[in-house]
Amino acid sequence: MTAIATVRKLPSATWLLSAVAVVVTIVIGLSVGAVAIPPMDAFKEVLSHLTNGKVDSPLSETDSTIIWNLRLPRVLLALVVGAMLSSAGCAYQGAFRNPLADPYLLGVSAGAGLGATIVIFTRSENSRWELPLAAFVGALAAVMLTYLLGRSAIVGRSSTSLVLAGVAVASMLTALQTLLQQRNTDKIREVYSWVLGRLSTAGWGDLKLVTPYILVCIAVLILYRRVLDIFSVGDEEAHTMGLAVGKARAAIIVAASLGTAAAVSVTGLIGFVGIIVPHTVRLVVGHSYRALLPIATIFGGVFLVLADVIARTALAPQEISIGVVTALIGAPFFLFILGSSKHGSIT
Amino acid sequence: MTTLSISNLTVKLGDKDVVQDFSVELSVGDWVCVIGPNGAGKSSMLRALAGIVESTGEMHIDQKDLRKLNQKSRACWIAYVAQEPVMPQGMSVFNYVMLGRTAHLNMLATESPRDVEVTNYVIDEIGLHDFVDRDVATLSGGERQRVAIARALAQASPIVLLDEPTTALDVGYQQDVLELIDRLRKEKKIAVISTMHDLTVSGLYPDRLMLLADGKTVEQGEAKSVLTSATIKEHYGAAVDVLDSPNGPIVIPVRPNN
Repeated sequence: MTAIATVRKLPSATWLLSAVAVVVTIVIGLSVGAVAIPPMDAFKEVLSHLTNGKVDSPLSETDSTIIWNLRLPRVLLALVVGAMLSSAGCAYQGAFRNPLADPYLLGVSAGAGLGATIVIFTRSENSRWELPLAAFVGALAAVMLTYLLGRSAIVGRSSTSLVLAGVAVASMLTALQTLLQQRNTDKIREVYSWVLGRLSTAGWGDLKLVTPYILVCIAVLILYRRVLDIFSVGDEEAHTMGLAVGKARAAIIVAASLGTAAAVSVTGLIGFVGIIVPHTVRLVVGHSYRALLPIATIFGGVFLVLADVIARTALAPQEISIGVVTALIGAPFFLFILGSSKHGSIT
Repeated sequence: MTTLSISNLTVKLGDKDVVQDFSVELSVGDWVCVIGPNGAGKSSMLRALAGIVESTGEMHIDQKDLRKLNQKSRACWIAYVAQEPVMPQGMSVFNYVMLGRTAHLNMLATESPRDVEVTNYVIDEIGLHDFVDRDVATLSGGERQRVAIARALAQASPIVLLDEPTTALDVGYQQDVLELIDRLRKEKKIAVISTMHDLTVSGLYPDRLMLLADGKTVEQGEAKSVLTSATIKEHYGAAVDVLDSPNGPIVIPVRPNN
């Protein structure tokens, strides 16, 4: 018998394009800012570092410091955090079969925020290793609460009820966080900038702290890409096809929440990346998570680097919080998705 | 020869036994059809066999206790086609049919060439060539049933459960789907348990009928012994004439004469 069809692989052009997009955005992120540095020079500077000086850097010492110690870690942080938020958005959308699921809207970020705030207030600056852990516990508790509320009879079961539950949970956790802030006004500035989301204090330290968590979480989610496709037929049918639905969903939620928690623990609350990027990528590569998850992960990183460029330059010399930029782009986009997803059709 | 035996299957919903002491035995190649009025427990019985709802009672395949198997191993023995299978938006027919291979794959594995081969074989067998790239969400009712049956066939389980496979279909598609099921069960040696709504149609293809009323099995046997006007009057509360035909009994609703 001749083969009729086979598993569709993404054309290699897609991968090539993604790689080019990543390199180009990194270079843009490096060259744009208060001190403009020509893209080629910025590129050579990084190359010079990577090759231990075999390539000569054309930059002065000051510019070299700006690129290597300020901009590069910031750009890379934006890249991994954006990748994480986007892949977590994909994963939540698949696992909950809800196009509106996003770490920010499900209250995950707020939960992580509360956990992180508690650590900021109770720990001194140099012993913050618990921060990702506390953020993780907060994130996981929040997503569980949202899921249970969203499923319960109180609010009914539809694609919007999950989001409503998420909004309620997020409001409550944010209120608790505000309460804590009011009782610890001496550190309010630190927390406030955290809440709005920022990449500006990022140095190599932050990047080194969260990258391992994020890479592991993204890898786990990518391993589950086929399972996310199975979820699309609903729990009952997936169960009869032999999928351990509960276990699989738990693993996906834990990985997405841990990664989100790690990301927000250093950058604060950055919303809507997990909505904007996956939905845009869907228009190009289709609905299957096999292609969607890896590509949306890459472009999540690209998106956040570019959003950060806007945050740095739009009102220069002032910086806008990155969370403000993503929300300004994301909120109208969210309304568009809400409008195009039929009420309650996807639960 | 693989034989499924179910004895005293009971499904509770709250305090009520929606299915009570359901027992059946069938071998590969057999087709048993469960009929009964709305709310008699037909779907609950199938859903219990598929492992979707909790139940008590014994379920064995040959000497193997189905209750001791995990969901994945169980899916290798029993496949299930829902009354209205969910057709995910944006999924191709090929990928949908290949979902049936889930039971044979580790959770994090991707499909092997063998799984692709089986999927192609099934698509060929059911005549879905022209559909492979179609988005399943855009298929018509009859096409959806065929594609869902293809998925169950790709699961390669000797027992297939079909919940009202033809209810939503007009008569031409009904015949297509029923002929397909009949051919597959004979050629592929599959045991089929289906529920069905239309009494006349239920007498055409299956070997045996079981009539459920209020969760209990009240009649079973060949179509001509189950589909009598007295039985239908008693359990459906309907006035019907039953005519004999070479294909089986024909049930015709008539005006009740009060």
